Amino acid sequence: MNLLRAPMFLLVLLLQSAALAASQIWANKVRSVLTTVGIVIGIASVTAVIAALTGLKASVLAEFETFGTNKIFILPERPQRGPYRTATWSTIRFRPEHFDDLLAHCPSVSHLTRVTNFVRPVSYGVFSDEMVQVIGIEPDWHKVENRSVVLGRPFSMIDNDRALPVCLVNRKVQDKLGLDRDCTGQSIMIGQRRFLIVGVVESRSESSMFGENQSGLEVLIPFNTARRMLGPNSFFMAIAASRTPEVSEEARAEIAFYLRRVRGIKPGEADTFRVEAVERFVQQFRQVATTITLVAAGIVAISLVVGGVGIMNIMLVSVSERTREIGLRKAVGARPSAIMLQFLVEAVMLCCLGGALGLAAGQVLTTALAAIPNARLEQAQIPGWAIALAFGFSATVGLIFGMFPAIKAARLDPIDALRHE
Amino acid sequence: MLIRLRNITKIYRVGVERIRALDGVDLEIGRNEYVAIMGVSGSGKSTLMNILGCLDRPTSGTYELEGRLTTAMSAAELARIRNERIGFVFQSFELMPRMNALKNVELPLIYSRQGWWGRRQRALRAIDTVGLSDRVKHRPNQLSGGQKQRVAIARALVANPAILLADEPTGNLDSATSAEILGLFGKLHRDGQTIIMVTHEADVARHAQRIIRMRDGRIVSDLPADKDAQLSQ
Repeated sequence: MNLLRAPMFLLVLLLQSAALAASQIWANKVRSVLTTVGIVIGIASVTAVIAALTGLKASVLAEFETFGTNKIFILPERPQRGPYRTATWSTIRFRPEHFDDLLAHCPSVSHLTRVTNFVRPVSYGVFSDEMVQVIGIEPDWHKVENRSVVLGRPFSMIDNDRALPVCLVNRKVQDKLGLDRDCTGQSIMIGQRRFLIVGVVESRSESSMFGENQSGLEVLIPFNTARRMLGPNSFFMAIAASRTPEVSEEARAEIAFYLRRVRGIKPGEADTFRVEAVERFVQQFRQVATTITLVAAGIVAISLVVGGVGIMNIMLVSVSERTREIGLRKAVGARPSAIMLQFLVEAVMLCCLGGALGLAAGQVLTTALAAIPNARLEQAQIPGWAIALAFGFSATVGLIFGMFPAIKAARLDPIDALRHE
Repeated sequence: MLIRLRNITKIYRVGVERIRALDGVDLEIGRNEYVAIMGVSGSGKSTLMNILGCLDRPTSGTYELEGRLTTAMSAAELARIRNERIGFVFQSFELMPRMNALKNVELPLIYSRQGWWGRRQRALRAIDTVGLSDRVKHRPNQLSGGQKQRVAIARALVANPAILLADEPTGNLDSATSAEILGLFGKLHRDGQTIIMVTHEADVARHAQRIIRMRDGRIVSDLPADKDAQLSQ
């Protein structure tokens, strides 16, 4: 029991100081609130800035999410150095066989599709459109793009191997060309060739960031069919999907290693292709977003210093107003540390009060920001860590700026203090 | 011996001037004595009182309180001595205006490791001793001057101090109330309390057993009250 008393007494002293500080603040309500205005404004702006950036980040990341964060793009590219620096495109371009065994050699890659796309006029009877995206795909495309066949069937091995004139359309093409609701079995013209519709594929999800195809009219055909139409030397790329977004960097390395081997690139020579993981962009974006958040929060936090000076000022006033009280407390046996604690706790409590009011104001600001149309801030909200940060900042400001007045109070000579008028 | 002062000197610096507030004071006070310290203002009686109360330190000399050398103590140790061994009564009461009588009396105990637990009972007992049990919840502005001083005396007694130090305790009171307070002091003294009182009024001082007269920082006479009365006539 006696062993416990010393730490218990510290706690008691702290609680006592808190109660005393609360009653002091309550006794000077108007003054206390006015004093904290600086802190309120500081915390409100910090939290609103953090909330806005959090909202922006969330909306951009959501967009990445629908685009697919495990996607890896593989394109031929002429290197900046090495013997291939001056190579012709026919040397650099991919050949279909480069990808035949890729899945077997790259354990982190779950799906792979070769892709080629071009624009052709498409028509059905009197309906037609000049600018339709025609995409040559392999069956894995549905997995990579996360767009499945909603009606009819996907392409079969036979469709691809024999380069059959079959196609999948999306809803927009269906509407544009006036096709039946179940349009499987109907035929459309792509360029000069007739294609049989075997199914309907999900439309690309609406996205303002990655919506490169304005009209959204898409017709999918088997990869080999597309190659036949374009010729054997035509350009194509490949899109792979890693098993998870987390292993996309490994998948990227495996693909690069594999392609260097099948393309016969010697050690030390530069790649003649590019492998880009979406996850890498996501990470870069996250980093940039974090940096911007920290910088913005840091700049706004400077206003807290102004608030802190206000707190210091009022605490100095408080110490001088209560000099006699301090003298009496010292006379009846308050140690200098107890007096210091009392004033420190009061400063910290004032600042935390300002922090709480600031958070409330910040929430109002955030709600207002989220309501701005087209600002991509719909998801703006104050994250939990920002609330903790706001109180942490406030308490720290209270500690730092309360220190000088508290030390001044603790050092008062009890005789002089009791004589003070 | 409760209090033993040896060659106490206190020198204040005011600008370049040095003022000897106390000049070689030797003094011994035993348990359960009732002492009045008298002198005109500037005689050094307040400085002596501050040193006895451990509010101030002498420039030189030693002060033993209950066998402990206070002149070697830190500020925190002195605070503890004031808290546990000394009770102060001031001329202007020095009560906390926003606290009721009970809270005012509890004040020394909230700074005490031993006293914190059970402080309410001790405060109520101290208030009972000064006869104010019916004013426990009253705030200072609801009390008369005499009642305020009683609350202050209860506050001084609450920690069972070795000495009750009173600085002009009746200075702000009318003569009837003063008599009341001095009667209370007499009762406390009969119950075993050591009391040291600073005053410049002979009428007040004669309630004590022993009267110490000071002038220019020195003790000029130290006599039992009856002898002192004979000599001053």
